[in-house]
Amino acid sequence: MSKKILPLVIGAAMGVAATTAAGATTLEDVKAKGFIQCGVSQGLPGFSNPDSQGNWTGLDVDLCRAMASAVFGDATAVKYTPLSAKERFTALQSGEVDVLSRNTTWTMSRDTQLGLNFAGVNYYDGQGFMVRKDLGVTSALELSGASVCTNTGTTTELNVADYFRANNMPYEIVAFEKADEVVAAYDAGRCDVYTTDASGLYAQRLKLTNPGDHMVLPEIISKEPLGPVVRQGDDEWFNIAKWTLNAMLNAEELGVTSENVDEMKSSDNPSVKRLLGVEGAFGEAIGLSNDWAYNIVKNVGNYEESFNANVGPDTPLGISRGVNALWNDGGFMYAPPVR
Amino acid sequence: MSVMEQDSAGAPARASLLNDPKVRGIFYQLVLIVALVAFGYFIVTNTIHNLEQQNIASGWGFLENTAGFGTNQSLVEYSETSSYGRAIYVGFLNTLLVAGVGIFFATLIGFIVGIARLSNNWVINRIAYCYVELVRNIPLLLQIFFWYFAVLRSIPGKREKWSIFDTFHLNIGGLRLPKPIWEPGSFMIGIALVIAIAASIVVSRWARKRQEATGQQFPMFWTAVGLIIGLPVITYLVTGMPMHLEHPNFVETGPILRQGFELNVGINVIPEFLALTAALSIYTASFIAEIVRAGIQAVSHGQTEAAHALGLRNGPTLRLVVIPQAMRVIIPPLTSQYLNLTKNSSLAVAIAYPDLVSMGGTVLNQTGQAIEIIGIWMAVYLSLSLLTSAFMNWYNQRMALVER
Amino acid sequence: MSDTQMFQIRTEEAPRLPAPISTTGVIGWMRQNLFSSIGNTVLTVIGILIAYSLIAPFIQFAFIDAVWTGDNREACLAQDGGHSGACWAYVEAYFPQFIYGRYPTEEIWRVNIVYALFLLLLVPLAIPSAPFKKANAILFLVVFPIVAYFLLTGLVIGDTVVLPIVETAVWGGLLVTLVIAVTGIVASLPLGIALALGRRSKMPIIKLVSIIFIEFWRGVPLITVLFMSSVMLPLFLPEGVTFDKLLRVLIGVTLFSAAYMAEVVRGGLQAIPKGQYEGAMALGLRFWPMMYLIILPQALKLVIPGIVNTFIGLFKDTTLVLIVGMFDLLGQIQSSFTDPTWSTPSTGHTGYLFAAMVFFCFCFGMSRYSIFMEKKLHTGHKR
Repeated sequence: MSKKILPLVIGAAMGVAATTAAGATTLEDVKAKGFIQCGVSQGLPGFSNPDSQGNWTGLDVDLCRAMASAVFGDATAVKYTPLSAKERFTALQSGEVDVLSRNTTWTMSRDTQLGLNFAGVNYYDGQGFMVRKDLGVTSALELSGASVCTNTGTTTELNVADYFRANNMPYEIVAFEKADEVVAAYDAGRCDVYTTDASGLYAQRLKLTNPGDHMVLPEIISKEPLGPVVRQGDDEWFNIAKWTLNAMLNAEELGVTSENVDEMKSSDNPSVKRLLGVEGAFGEAIGLSNDWAYNIVKNVGNYEESFNANVGPDTPLGISRGVNALWNDGGFMYAPPVR
Repeated sequence: MSVMEQDSAGAPARASLLNDPKVRGIFYQLVLIVALVAFGYFIVTNTIHNLEQQNIASGWGFLENTAGFGTNQSLVEYSETSSYGRAIYVGFLNTLLVAGVGIFFATLIGFIVGIARLSNNWVINRIAYCYVELVRNIPLLLQIFFWYFAVLRSIPGKREKWSIFDTFHLNIGGLRLPKPIWEPGSFMIGIALVIAIAASIVVSRWARKRQEATGQQFPMFWTAVGLIIGLPVITYLVTGMPMHLEHPNFVETGPILRQGFELNVGINVIPEFLALTAALSIYTASFIAEIVRAGIQAVSHGQTEAAHALGLRNGPTLRLVVIPQAMRVIIPPLTSQYLNLTKNSSLAVAIAYPDLVSMGGTVLNQTGQAIEIIGIWMAVYLSLSLLTSAFMNWYNQRMALVER
Repeated sequence: MSDTQMFQIRTEEAPRLPAPISTTGVIGWMRQNLFSSIGNTVLTVIGILIAYSLIAPFIQFAFIDAVWTGDNREACLAQDGGHSGACWAYVEAYFPQFIYGRYPTEEIWRVNIVYALFLLLLVPLAIPSAPFKKANAILFLVVFPIVAYFLLTGLVIGDTVVLPIVETAVWGGLLVTLVIAVTGIVASLPLGIALALGRRSKMPIIKLVSIIFIEFWRGVPLITVLFMSSVMLPLFLPEGVTFDKLLRVLIGVTLFSAAYMAEVVRGGLQAIPKGQYEGAMALGLRFWPMMYLIILPQALKLVIPGIVNTFIGLFKDTTLVLIVGMFDLLGQIQSSFTDPTWSTPSTGHTGYLFAAMVFFCFCFGMSRYSIFMEKKLHTGHKR
């Protein structure tokens, strides 16, 4: 059985196994290797999706880029690891990735039992249903007796079970391992309904043969706050993730964009001054340089820019801000102030 | 004398201690044990440390918790309120079901194709050859995808159907069959079936004895068929038909969503099961065909010629002379093909058939307890494989006794 | 004179008549092989019907109705809205991705070199009469993997970038299929030999450990091994040590195929007559020299067909990695189905057909080779 070690030795010798000094904090570790390893989805348009050249784009990807900007001042100092729903938590726990930004729902059990910390919410989502238009269904309450396609091992599967049970409707569940397989089966007509997070429905609809033949029902049956996740027990890194997101939100609230950020540096607004590091030493307090937020906005943009570029009304997904608008605009997005 | 003995025993022993095979053997084994223990210790401490560090729960308590997710096929009662343990049990039964049905069809197709490979008819021979070469050189997963995703698109949608005799209906939702509903008194049919089987066994013993004593043959096969089918049917009629069929209900009016087959009426064989069974049995059959061919070819031609010389016709020659001998060669590799089929049924996870791996994977995702779930998987498949090899050994021994 | 005329001796052979036309030529062959009896005739007709009903739609789909050129899905959509034939234009557009995955375009030459080296070393190794077998085998089994490793992943010495690093996350398609299958076989060979020797060892503990190891890996499905390597392996390692995803899969595949390899090698060891062992021992050779010089060279030659068959199995099984989210050839093809630019009702069929053809060519070719070697080797030890 000592032979079992052999591949490990070979692996180590070949240098593919990455070893990090035990006890080092994630920030030191990230700085040492020169990039952030970011866990993303295996391809969800608008959130994290590779183009044909292998460049990743999306709302979740922008968060990774923003963190890289905060740490290195360089949005490209990120490497992406596509993860399945099954692998994502172990990948983070084992240190394979430094941050998980993969449309992951913040739930109590995940926050408390898996050794993880959720750093905030970058998209308020909820589970919805997609059906063929020719079914003539207008409400999810008419779905009694339907067969439902979904992903296995997600909160989605549990929510749909709860929803149909609560409304006393019989249904047939068909749960697949990968999103692509769900889409293929739904497209083939195996199911009447496709359910996942509403954002995902809009994204996956693009992959159907005739996207125009399908519609998303108005009901949202669950709360799905999606956000970046880090390992528990490293508060410094947790703070960086948390405040990267907050900086993007604050920038939008204060009207700082990637275009006007240089001018805004000379703004008289003390909030803007503190955010961009002109006043105070807030960056140093979280182990970064004081222009951390300036770099984020300069390289990636504020939350609005990121939203509009990736999932907004002008993109193929065409999602309106809705509950993801700022708090002063009727939404839920509310970042604590920098002071 | 004793001094000399001591000398001759003592001196060379010290010199050859290094070269003594026994000593070296013990040394090597000690090294291996130490290495294994060290490796085990390394893994266990790491795992415990990681689990603690990451605050991951461990232990078997989660099996009692409510699963909360549904499934599209379960042989025993199961609902969202059942426990995780129950969910895994459902998956296990589904694995056994698909493996059992798959083995049946794989054997059937495999034997037909294997015999066709030896046919004198050129067309049949070539078709069998092409089948074997084509099917076994294409990955099973690809075939499963083909049967599920490609064939699925070609059969009627949810609101349409293909019917045979107005009893069996096929559409994208699956194969619908009438479901027998047992009423009180139907247990008599079961008793009749048991009696019929027992009677067939008794008659066959008697027939064999008579043949050995007098040489007269008895139409055993037809007697058994008559008994096993006839007796339950007579009982069914006599007891006043205590069973009826529940036919699937095809709704053609009302809202479009409600059209098509009603849920939970009749038996529905889900398309995932159909696709998986088709792929598994067709794939495994190509290997079984080669085993059957090799087995039949292993019986020397002299046996056939001798049987013909004794006046046996082709049918009895095959049945009484060739196949019994070929079976001895066929059975061992055949069982390992059965085992392969069972293991391959774990590919169900790719097409949403709720087998052991798929259900276990869902539980793994919900609870995060990877070690326990993977432990269950491995334990189940390992015990299936050990059972199979135990059967194989038993069979080999039994066959060896028959050999003269 | 008349006496002599009473009888006649034929001095010349009668001219040989040709065989009846019904037993020779095409007709004779057909009578013998297709229509020798009523039952046979019925079978022939049924067989031809089956063959026709399978082949005709296939040819219709793959060739007659197929679309060979085009820039997007419009080309492959049937004009009347019905089912169209195979969309080969889509395969053409995606071909580089199927072969290289998302490997950066400017670095693809490195993959090509690896492919070329692989062929260059494999072909002479596979031809029994080619010279320099030993050097060739060492090059292929030891030097090639190292060179290929650096070519594919990249090489950085100190601060100078000789070859830019290419992460394994962007590898895909046939590249991943071949990397997994070839590494699985090459790495499992020494492990398998060691296990086979261990299983035949007289030392009880070594024997027991080998048996447990072999039977364990042979008893579990590959997919659970892959899940284990992708989910459980990180928990076994010390904190902070992480493995590349591809490497984790490789470890799982190697351990898995090592068990099968061990059984193949054991078969070869068992086929070596006892006299060879006894002869070697009589010459005073110890265990390792005996194995290295006498037994293994003979046994390994004998098991070449078995190794090739294991390789075929492994090559087909690499498709399972798509379930754990890696993009092998089949995974890459499947992931391209959802590209809106090319999605048509026939895209999926075309993709599966292409995958089936590629796998068939590889596996069928290898199985022919295995049969060829089997026939060639059959002479040696038949006594």
